[in-house]
Amino acid sequence: MGWRVLITGIAGHLAGELARRLEADPEVEYLVGVDLDEPRADLTRLEFVRTDIRNPLIVKVIQTTEVDTVVHLSLLATPQGVGGRSNMKEINVIGAMQLFAACQRADALRRIVMKSTTAVYGSGPKDPAVFTENMTARSEAPHGYAKDAIEVEAYARSFARRREDVDLTILRFANLIGPGVASTLTRYFSLPVIPTALGYDPRLQMIHEEDAVEALYRTVRGSHPGTFNVAADGVVLLSQALRLLGRPSLPLALPIAAPVATLLRRLGLVDFSTEQLRLLIYGRVADNSRIASEMDFRPARTTREALLDFAEGEHLGRLYSAEQIEEWEREARAFLRRKAQERFERTRA
Amino acid sequence: MGEVVPIPVREPGSCTATTRRGARCRNRAVDVSGFCRVHGGGAVEAPTVAPSTEEIDELLAFLRRRVTGEYEVDEFGFDPELTETILAPLARLFHRRYFRVEWRGLEHIPRDGAALLVSNHAGTIPMDAVIMKFGLLDQIERHVRLLAADLVFRLPFVGELARKSGNTLACDEDALRLLERGELLGVFPEGYKGVGKLYKDRYKLQRFGRGGFIELGLRAGAPIVPVAIVGSEEIYPLISHARPLARMLKLPYVPVTPFFPWLGPLGMLPLPTKWTIEFRPPIATDGHGEEAWQDSLLVFELTDRVRDEIQGTLTRSLASRRSLFL
Repeated sequence: MGWRVLITGIAGHLAGELARRLEADPEVEYLVGVDLDEPRADLTRLEFVRTDIRNPLIVKVIQTTEVDTVVHLSLLATPQGVGGRSNMKEINVIGAMQLFAACQRADALRRIVMKSTTAVYGSGPKDPAVFTENMTARSEAPHGYAKDAIEVEAYARSFARRREDVDLTILRFANLIGPGVASTLTRYFSLPVIPTALGYDPRLQMIHEEDAVEALYRTVRGSHPGTFNVAADGVVLLSQALRLLGRPSLPLALPIAAPVATLLRRLGLVDFSTEQLRLLIYGRVADNSRIASEMDFRPARTTREALLDFAEGEHLGRLYSAEQIEEWEREARAFLRRKAQERFERTRA
Repeated sequence: MGEVVPIPVREPGSCTATTRRGARCRNRAVDVSGFCRVHGGGAVEAPTVAPSTEEIDELLAFLRRRVTGEYEVDEFGFDPELTETILAPLARLFHRRYFRVEWRGLEHIPRDGAALLVSNHAGTIPMDAVIMKFGLLDQIERHVRLLAADLVFRLPFVGELARKSGNTLACDEDALRLLERGELLGVFPEGYKGVGKLYKDRYKLQRFGRGGFIELGLRAGAPIVPVAIVGSEEIYPLISHARPLARMLKLPYVPVTPFFPWLGPLGMLPLPTKWTIEFRPPIATDGHGEEAWQDSLLVFELTDRVRDEIQGTLTRSLASRRSLFL
C-alpha cells in the first residue's frame, strides 16, 4: 500500500512544487490538497478540496480520505492579502489548532510534517552566532510571523504528545529564495534602491526553493520525527548580497530607517514586519547539521548560489555588468602599468 | 712629522655629482668615491628590470572581489580578507608605533588547534583586546577570535567591524563552536568590571566571572594560556564613572578621565604608554574526564590558578618596568 498524503496551503508555491514531486512518485497512492485558492502548479493526480483548515469540513476530508500523512504548509508570513495582522494570526494559529484537532480523530494518520521558520529564533545583539534546534529566542519576545510559528509548533508538539503513534516533523526553513519565490525578502531585493541600516551588516542565510522542496519530500517519504533547521550552507552579509546582485543600496541611520520602512509598507512595496526589520539589522544563522546527519540531507545550493539563481530568474537590473567590471579592470590595469613604466624609465634615465 | 691630510672641500656625506638637470645632487653619498646610489661609479646599477605587474594585478583582483562580493565570510561573519588587508595595517600603527608592544612568551601559544587566551582587562574601551588580536596576527599569524559583550553588537559600526574581524558574542554556544573548529579564543573574564576599572585599581584583577571560561576549556579540552597585559590599564586614567549619565544612555559606565570629556574628542586619544604582553605556559584542561566541567570545585580551583598566574605576572612585569611611557 502506498502513501496517502494531504497537503494544506496547496495554493502556495512550495506546496505546489512538493505536490508535483509526490505526483511523480509511484509510491504515493493518493494526494489531496486543501486551500481556499486553486493550486497554481499544474497538477493532475491531486484532488483539490476548496476549504479552509478552520472549516469543520477539514475533519471530514481527513477522515474520509484516510490519509496517513498530513503536510501542513499553510503558514502566512505577512498580513498582505488577508486583511491585517489579526486575520493573519487567525489563519495561522486558529487554523493550525483546528487542523490538529481534526487530526486527533484520524486513526489512519501516522505522520505530520509541518513548515516552520528560523524566525522563531528572533534576531538581535544577544544572539549566539548560530542557532541550533534546541535554542529559543533570546533578544526579545517574538511577535508577528515568528510568534505564530512558535505557537503553531507548540500546538503540534502537544498533539504529538497525545498521539504517540504519530511522528511529528517540524522543518524550520531559513528565508526561501529562488526564481519562483515571492516573499518580503525577494521584494526587498527588487526595490530600485535598497535601504540598509547604516553601521550594521547582518549575516543572512537562505534556502533555495528546490532544496526546500527536496527537504519536504524527504520528510514525507521517510520517517524522521523531530525538529530540523533547513538552511543552506554558507552565509552572506547583506552588503555582500547587494554587491553580488549588483544592486544599489542606501544606508540609513537607524532612527530614519523605521519611518522609511513604514513608508515602503504604505506604498505597498515591501511589507516589513518588526521581526523582518530586525533580521535586516542583526541577521540570523541557523545550524543545518542535524538534518544532514539524521536525514542525510545537504542543500544542493549554498546561500550565495541560491541568491545568484534568484537574481538570474528575476532579471534584476544591475548597477554594473560583469563586462563593465572587466572593462574597468582592464582600463585601470593599463593605466597603473603605464604609470609604473613611466616611473621606472624616469629613475633609469 | 707625519703626512698632512688634506681637508675635504665638500661636506662629506652628500653626493658630489651633478644631476641631468644641472642641479647638485642632494642624495646621501654611500661609497668612498663620494657618490650616491644613483651616481655611484657602477657600485649600484640603476634598475634595469621592468616594474612588476604582479602587485598591480593583486590590487585590482582585490578591488574586483570587494566590488562584486566574491569573497567568503564564515558563519560568524568573519571576513579574513578585509581583516588582513584593511584592518590589520591600521591596527599595526597602534601596536607597533603607538604602544610599541613588547611580546614575551609567544612560544606558549599553540600554533594550531583550539586554545583559550585569558587576559586581564582594562582601559575604558577594550583596546587591550584589539591590540592583542592584531598583534598576534603579525607575531604568530593566527587570528584571535575575541568574545565580546552584547553591547558591542548593539552599537552601529562597532558591532559590524567586530563581526567582520572574526569576533563573536561571549556565550557558551559560540565559544564552544569556535573551539570545536580549532580556533584561538581571546577571553577577558573581568568583563565590564575590568574595562570600567578606576585608575586607582589598575592591575588589580577584578572577580573572574563565574569561571565560565574554565568550563569551556574543560568541555573542549582546550589549553588555557594566561596573558598579562601591562600598559593597557593606563591609557585612559579613569577617575570616576558618570553614573546618572550612564543610566540615561543605557551604558555600563560613562568614563571621566583627566582629559575626557573636558577636551572633547582630543580627550579620546589614549596615552601612548609602553605595553608588554606576556604569555605564560598553558594550563592543560584535558585528563580531567568527560564531566569535569560540571565539577564546581575543580572549576574554582582552575579559575584561581589562572587568576593567580595572571596577577603574579602583572606584578612582576610592573616591577621590572622602566617607565610608563618608555
